[in-house]
Amino acid sequence: MANSTTEKNAEQAISTMSVLAPAVGWLIPGAGHMIQKRWIRGVLLFVSIVTMFLLGLAMQGRIYKANGGDILDMLGFVGDVGSGALYILTLMNDWGQGAIAFATADYGTKFIIVAGLLNFISIADAYHIAIGKKQ
Amino acid sequence: MTITLSHFSAATVFALFASIVFGITHRETTRDMIRYGAYCFVMFLGGVFVAGWVMWLLRR
Repeated sequence: MANSTTEKNAEQAISTMSVLAPAVGWLIPGAGHMIQKRWIRGVLLFVSIVTMFLLGLAMQGRIYKANGGDILDMLGFVGDVGSGALYILTLMNDWGQGAIAFATADYGTKFIIVAGLLNFISIADAYHIAIGKKQ
Repeated sequence: MTITLSHFSAATVFALFASIVFGITHRETTRDMIRYGAYCFVMFLGGVFVAGWVMWLLRR
């Protein structure tokens, strides 16, 4: 009886974490790992993704919006939105809307997109840890 | 604040951060993560050098 209750609680915890970790990880890069006590991994992911995103902005990279119209703009939006709170904050402050004036600004745009895509990988990893597929 | 990176430094920064994320997410143990991260970094930078030489050859 006690065993069955313990197992049920453990299953419920896994199920809650499997939703919570990806959601938190999307909002704050690396946080999905941190709430599962993978501190070093979480901090490294946070630093890598946030630095990449901020460097992209500092390089005058462009932020894509949902209603871009062009298919490439939509794909850019999918990449950008992976950064979670960073993307929302950037839109709220109207950053990353300038015209691309020099070659490395295009790199900035790619940095921002890739930061979001890397966060998607990080979210998947946090989910795998939550369901016990990975340590 | 505006940062202007050269092509090479932009590629190096990109390689560094992408390799860290790849290393952490694609391997199980700490040792394997470091090894795979280092492998990805070398491959990224190696790719930059190869692409650079290919472009130099095409230009001639």
